[in-house]
Amino acid sequence: MAALVWESSKEGAGGFWEVVTSPQAVAALKLSLGAAAVVALVNAVVGTVIAWVLVRDEFPGKSIVNSIIDLPFALPTIVAGLTLLALYGPTSPVGINVAFTRTAIVLALLFVTLPFVVRTVQPVLLELDKEMEEAARSLGASERVVFTRVVLPNILPGILSGVALAFARAVGEIGSLVIISGSLPYKTEVASVYILTRIEGGDRAGAAAVAVVLLVVSFAVILGIGILRHFATRHEAALEER
Amino acid sequence: MLIGPLAMVFWRTFEHGADAAWNALTQPETIHAFKLTLLIAAIAVPLNTVFGVVAALAIVRRRFPGKGLLNAYIDLPLALSPVVVGLSLFLLYGRDGWFGGWLERNGIDVLFALPAMVLATVFVSLPFVAREVVPTLREIGDEQEQAAKTLGASGWQTFRRITLPAIRWAVVYGVVLTTARCLGEYGAVAVVSGRIQGETETATLRVEERYDSFDLAGAYAISLVLAVVAVLVLVAMIVIKPREESG
Amino acid sequence: MSIEIHHVSKRFGDFLAVDDVTLEVESGSLTALLGPSGSGKSTLLRIIAGLEWPDTGEILLSGRDATALRPQKRDVGFVFQHYAAFKHMTVRDNVGFALKVRRRPRAEIAERVDELLRLVQLQGFGHRYPAQLSGGQRQRMALARALAAKPQVLLLDEPFGALDARVRAELREWLRRLHEEVHVTTVFVTHDQEEAMEVADQIAVINHGRLEQVGGPQELYDRPATEFVMRFVGDANAIGAALVRPHDLDVLHEPADGATEAMIERITLRGWDAKIELVDGGGEPLVVQLTRERLDELELERSQIVWVRAQQERVFA
Repeated sequence: MAALVWESSKEGAGGFWEVVTSPQAVAALKLSLGAAAVVALVNAVVGTVIAWVLVRDEFPGKSIVNSIIDLPFALPTIVAGLTLLALYGPTSPVGINVAFTRTAIVLALLFVTLPFVVRTVQPVLLELDKEMEEAARSLGASERVVFTRVVLPNILPGILSGVALAFARAVGEIGSLVIISGSLPYKTEVASVYILTRIEGGDRAGAAAVAVVLLVVSFAVILGIGILRHFATRHEAALEER
Repeated sequence: MLIGPLAMVFWRTFEHGADAAWNALTQPETIHAFKLTLLIAAIAVPLNTVFGVVAALAIVRRRFPGKGLLNAYIDLPLALSPVVVGLSLFLLYGRDGWFGGWLERNGIDVLFALPAMVLATVFVSLPFVAREVVPTLREIGDEQEQAAKTLGASGWQTFRRITLPAIRWAVVYGVVLTTARCLGEYGAVAVVSGRIQGETETATLRVEERYDSFDLAGAYAISLVLAVVAVLVLVAMIVIKPREESG
Repeated sequence: MSIEIHHVSKRFGDFLAVDDVTLEVESGSLTALLGPSGSGKSTLLRIIAGLEWPDTGEILLSGRDATALRPQKRDVGFVFQHYAAFKHMTVRDNVGFALKVRRRPRAEIAERVDELLRLVQLQGFGHRYPAQLSGGQRQRMALARALAAKPQVLLLDEPFGALDARVRAELREWLRRLHEEVHVTTVFVTHDQEEAMEVADQIAVINHGRLEQVGGPQELYDRPATEFVMRFVGDANAIGAALVRPHDLDVLHEPADGATEAMIERITLRGWDAKIELVDGGGEPLVVQLTRERLDELELERSQIVWVRAQQERVFA
């Protein structure tokens, strides 16, 4: 199974550079990375807000909302893509038609990555010692300062690992995009679809080259999360030794 | 934003009449697709469950060189694009791949057949059980297991009577997530299966096929079934999560 | 700064945590809120701090109505039972936080932090993180942090509850000396009557949200106002309808007027006094405290039947 990882690089060694810098490949990669970055950032903010509301507020139907957050995890991506097409495509009941555009891609990715930041921030928020916030208040800090200097630094690792996972997922996403993106080269073709088309067209080297790039990105993300975990628990390291 | 899609699937399926939907669903190729999806899941889920539990035990309870690597490896499928996974398998087991030549000479079909699809699905759904069990194992600590050992229980007995009941709900939750992932897998299987209708087409692949064939009703019908299953999975998650958390 | 609490009540759902409490705390004094777990004393303290809002009543700080003031504006320092340390900041940053928030110049903050670290004897620990400190050290840091902005009131919520016995005793001593040096109006919450007696000028005994009695340690011990106070502050024996302190009981070998028959279960010698545990006719336990002299005089033994008489008893309606 581990050989899985090696194989791509091997095949791609040959015409790697040429393929990777071919305009179509570059366009596809740019689109994937760009869309993923946008989505990751939006999630960082929206996801944190949602997590905050779910942890700190009470409202009727809260537990239902909490559970629905996981829907994108449970739903097959192709189904998600199809229904987004129905909602936001040519026959849209809401009158929005963004099918086959970059907006559609971003929308699909937002749907698919919604749970990530929420679910990594929630446990951190739950564990956060409320007394730290109270202490800050008693020491004279305004609500804004309490958030920026006390809450945020402590939930940041949670946000960052959620963002990293969301980014990785968005970069490699395929199921929800095949239909709704339309896969127009240079316009709405994401890297994963590019790879798929190359394979089906017999251009294995081309596919492998771009795949390697995605692979590197994935590794970078994993590395990032690992470093984050280590960094975040640095504060608590001493605790364990006691 | 989340409920919209669900409602849409429901509506669209029956937009062209329940008949059209039923027709699409009962086509022999569609039925085969469903069966195939279930079969793959039936193989992948137990495999990953066992792997997940064993790996979790190793990570939490043992020290060994390469432990960090194992941890990272388990997280890998979450960060990796399914297409990349599929491609790797393709290159490994394809005709001029590393193993491909030998396999072909011995008449073993991996690519464009069930084995490759199972391999792909197993890999992409690898992490879930392990990731659920690891924190639970960490939290409960190994004191109970130590107590059992001092009372004379063997390794297997300790596992069966002490550890397993303690991680029971985490495992179940992980299984539910794994199953959902298996059923919904698209990218990796798309690459390695060859999408041969009636043979190597899973339910998810069939949805796309129907769409490409302009059979919208069919596409939506199959999606509806998948969506219903997804909702059931979600319900299962809702029910099990609190039990997982309170142990 | 003086604190006046007027008819304050607070409910949490069905539970009445604070029940019409009226209390005055003199400026510069050290007051203990003493009571069992769940008696509402922590809630009362938090109301003074502004971390909880009372349902009824008022809080006056230095004569001014502070009831509606947010904690940021009350000029109080609060020390939590579990320290509430900012675990992502160093000790220095923790201690200097109040000043940082008030935008004091960096040099001023550094100087004050140094001063405080010396005060709490944590010089040299400034660059550590709270996780690298022991419990006692963390609490001292929390104290320094609360004192940084020179608050007019210092509030401590079971400050030593999470520490082990020896550290607790040390810090108790320490708090007393600190108060003598700094003279800030201090209110602390505890369930340990020994601690309250040792440290405080004035003790307010609270039970089920109600104020049972306020007074100096000696007053509470010698003249308890209610049965609860008598039982909680010091030990008490129930003899008939009255309560008697162990050292107010004498032991006789012959029956006498008003004396109760009892059997000696155990005699414990404790240095200069002795503790006699007995069981009366109804199976109820009695504890008598005698001086060694008296004990030797009486020549008591286990399983002896004796008579116990009160020199001074109290009956509560």
